[in-house]
Amino acid sequence: MSLLPWTILLSLAGAVLALAAGRRSARAARWTALATAAGSWGLTLAAATRFVPGPRLQTLVDLPWIPSLGIRCHLAVDGISLTLLVLTGLAATAGILFSWNITERAGEFFALFLILVAGVYGVFLSADALLLFVFYEIAIVPKYFLIAIWGSTNRGYGAMKLALYSFAGSALVLAGLLWVYAAGGAPGFGWAELARAAAILPREQQIVVFAFVFFGFATLAGIFPLHTWAPTGHVAAPTGASMLLAGVVMKLGAYGCLRVALPLSPIGFAFWQPTIAWLAVIGIVYAGLVALVQQDLKFVIGYSSVSHMGFVLLGLAAANPQAVSGAVLQMFSHGVIAGLLFAVVGRMVYDRTHTRRLSELEALPLRRLLPFAAAVFVIAGIASMGLPGFSGFPAELTILVGSWRAGPIWAAVAALGVLVAAAFTLRAIQLAFFGSPPAPAGSAGPAAAVVQFEPITVAEKTGALLLVGATVLVGLKPDLLLNWINPALQSPLLQAALRGGRP
Amino acid sequence: MTADYLGLASALRPEACLVLGALAVLGLDLSVWRRRGAGERLGCALAVGGLAVILAGVQAWMGPRGPVFDGVLILDPLARATRGAVVGLTLLALGVAHGAKAPRQPAEYVAVMLAAAAGLTLMAASQQLLLGFLALELASLSLYVLAGFDRARPEAAEAALKYFLFGTMAAAFLLFGFSLVYGLTGSIGLPEIAAQVGRLGASPLLLVAIVMILVAFGFKAAAAPFHLWAPDVYQGAPTPSAALIASASKVAGFAFFARLLWPGLGAAAGATRSFGGGPGWLPAVAGVAAGSLLLGNLAALAQSSLRRLLAYSAIAHSGALLLGVMAAGQAGYAPLFYYVSTYGLATVGAFGVIAALEREGRCEEIADLAGLHRRSPLLAGCLAVFVLSLAGIPPLAGFFGKLFVFAAALRTGGPAAALAVLAIALSAVALYYYLAVLKQALVAAPAAGARPVAVSRVLALTLLAAAGLIVWLGLDPSVLLGRF
Repeated sequence: MSLLPWTILLSLAGAVLALAAGRRSARAARWTALATAAGSWGLTLAAATRFVPGPRLQTLVDLPWIPSLGIRCHLAVDGISLTLLVLTGLAATAGILFSWNITERAGEFFALFLILVAGVYGVFLSADALLLFVFYEIAIVPKYFLIAIWGSTNRGYGAMKLALYSFAGSALVLAGLLWVYAAGGAPGFGWAELARAAAILPREQQIVVFAFVFFGFATLAGIFPLHTWAPTGHVAAPTGASMLLAGVVMKLGAYGCLRVALPLSPIGFAFWQPTIAWLAVIGIVYAGLVALVQQDLKFVIGYSSVSHMGFVLLGLAAANPQAVSGAVLQMFSHGVIAGLLFAVVGRMVYDRTHTRRLSELEALPLRRLLPFAAAVFVIAGIASMGLPGFSGFPAELTILVGSWRAGPIWAAVAALGVLVAAAFTLRAIQLAFFGSPPAPAGSAGPAAAVVQFEPITVAEKTGALLLVGATVLVGLKPDLLLNWINPALQSPLLQAALRGGRP
Repeated sequence: MTADYLGLASALRPEACLVLGALAVLGLDLSVWRRRGAGERLGCALAVGGLAVILAGVQAWMGPRGPVFDGVLILDPLARATRGAVVGLTLLALGVAHGAKAPRQPAEYVAVMLAAAAGLTLMAASQQLLLGFLALELASLSLYVLAGFDRARPEAAEAALKYFLFGTMAAAFLLFGFSLVYGLTGSIGLPEIAAQVGRLGASPLLLVAIVMILVAFGFKAAAAPFHLWAPDVYQGAPTPSAALIASASKVAGFAFFARLLWPGLGAAAGATRSFGGGPGWLPAVAGVAAGSLLLGNLAALAQSSLRRLLAYSAIAHSGALLLGVMAAGQAGYAPLFYYVSTYGLATVGAFGVIAALEREGRCEEIADLAGLHRRSPLLAGCLAVFVLSLAGIPPLAGFFGKLFVFAAALRTGGPAAALAVLAIALSAVALYYYLAVLKQALVAAPAAGARPVAVSRVLALTLLAAAGLIVWLGLDPSVLLGRF
């Protein structure tokens, strides 16, 4: 089991090597990056085969780091983090395959990409709140540069907005954690130590502290009024980065909510639970409706991410084992499907047609010009709508059933969101790939007919097949992941939160 | 009073090294190097000066501990660490001077830098009002000269004049405050003063004295509303001077005043844990800290000049450092010292990058950094480390400085805790202007006709040392924290 910490080091080493290789050629940089990303993913899979599910965090490394504050370098894993580690490896590998066409400053691109990946691995492995925070912040800065340097469409704005929202969220988290640590007199930043310290605080303070930590993390998960960074940031990002951002980085926020905020203060959670649930369902429906009227295909996907992340937040807010296990499953599922959608839109379509406007795509016979892209997009769309056979189905179903138990009205509104999701996904598929090209009438006719695009490359096909394979596999056999996730929910700390806030 | 002159001599060996080094530089320049070119004279002066600084560092490391000369000097962990930091930052500033535009009288320049360093190391260790004041004045007078060294440029003259006028005013306040303290307690030694203040309590006259002392502190720390000199000095002074003023002088200033306030006047601190408790200096410091945090961070947003941006960021950092001073009574000096010394490292480094760019052209506006990643990857990479450390991004040292100070302030409770939450919130504002700097350096394309920047080997080494230290101290903060 001690393979997992190497994922962080391997990614960091890969960043340095890719930077060095980039001075030689872009080709060397991308192969280096692919090798390290695939290597780290291999490590997570190897660790997964030997994983024995259980309710306890299984400690991998535990060393004193800053003894004067009781901060430890404590890495541990349970079924929840393992699920997300495997997702990170998959998304990173696929993201690099879809960044194969990066030639400008390629070494720096892959170096920043891998630093981001290392930060994500670190967050999922941390069992010390401060260590988690350090990795969380390490993941913020590369995002800014990935978007600002290699992005498109208003990239300066999108990058700065995303960085500031993330950083403001993390500032809230830091304030909350330090408050608990200082006011509660915690000896360190371990989960149990912080929970004990928070329990000492008066109720009002617990409520405020919980809000700081939960909404700080939820900002990055795209909770309703704080979600606006996500569509602009994801649209501005280069394809590989938007796959990673929507696929994994938004999960950092949700994971922080689950791992740090919920166990911190069951009393605070009980106070905020209805608010969080309502914000989540509003996010599901609102973002879905916004996606329905977008003219830019990538914005449709961007808002759909916010909508689907709303299910994760709803699952967390419902706070019974079923809903939470569905939320973790949805994190995995959305990570794969959002990656796939961004890959098709950003790389397969936009890099060839140089437009993402639905009205212009409609005029192109894309299903004949890019049949592979059309097929993948349809599959991803179906998966995204939550049809059986794909990972979205068990995930959203479990969340809906679980949240029905907590509050039927939330489940009912969220179910409405599923319908909206079907509507905007079908609209996107229809307009982008099955539009009706204008009949070749007179003068403008031949121009449209001779459009030829470069064929879909092997790298793109490999990446797409990996992601499609993952969503189908989990869709057909969700127990693969649920068998890891469910025992982890039995841990005493989560149980305290999952009793619906009743201490 | 038992006068132990031998002990005094052994305790003052670092200062002796610095002063003798300054004299050696001047003497050699007048005799041996007289006929050489300006660049060569600068190189020689810096080599001898650097040697003197390194020797001073070794002497400070090996020197005695504990009170010296009947408690006039105290070589406790704070004094030893501050001396080490001052010496190290001076060495880095000398490295910056090597890569900057050569001043007209290089030997004099280096000699004055060494004299300033001697004043600063003495400040760090003094435990007596008179010696402290003299050390402060030695350092300040040297820094005034350094700020205005480039007489040909009107900005430098303006900066020096402003710095001098504000500085002497602050010194006058400080001296008046000291004389009141002496009149009240009948002593100029801090331990005796502490005992007397504890007996007398916070009398009105003592509060007047404290206000006067805080004015001088605010000036030295560039805290609002005593900050007005900072943007002009950062902008007009020669780059190595600005680097020294922004780093070593700050470290020594915070150590000196923290010692003055807690061990000296700690009994008159006022209530720590509640708002509006008894009278004392804590509420005043809290007000200054809040003003500095707000003014520094908000004014920095509007800057287009890189040096003025650094100045306003310095004001904001002073606000956070004052939180460290407020918390020092309970948490000790470790968080404060860690923050101020790593802040000094990042600032010296940032000025080093500016110095290298100035030699090739101009580096006034933030926009002058455009395309730095193409013009010099080394400078761009180092600048990224320095700026991100100033912004407080882990795993760089700047983050841990903030973490320790804020954790200590929150443990202290009361106004310090509220200010810590304010400071954390404002750090998100700060990220905006720091990213704006890095956006020019790392994202923007170079301006037409911009050439690659050649960095002298010594400056490159200086920058790499500063960046390396920031990373190392971030990954293993206990190296510094464990010394307290």
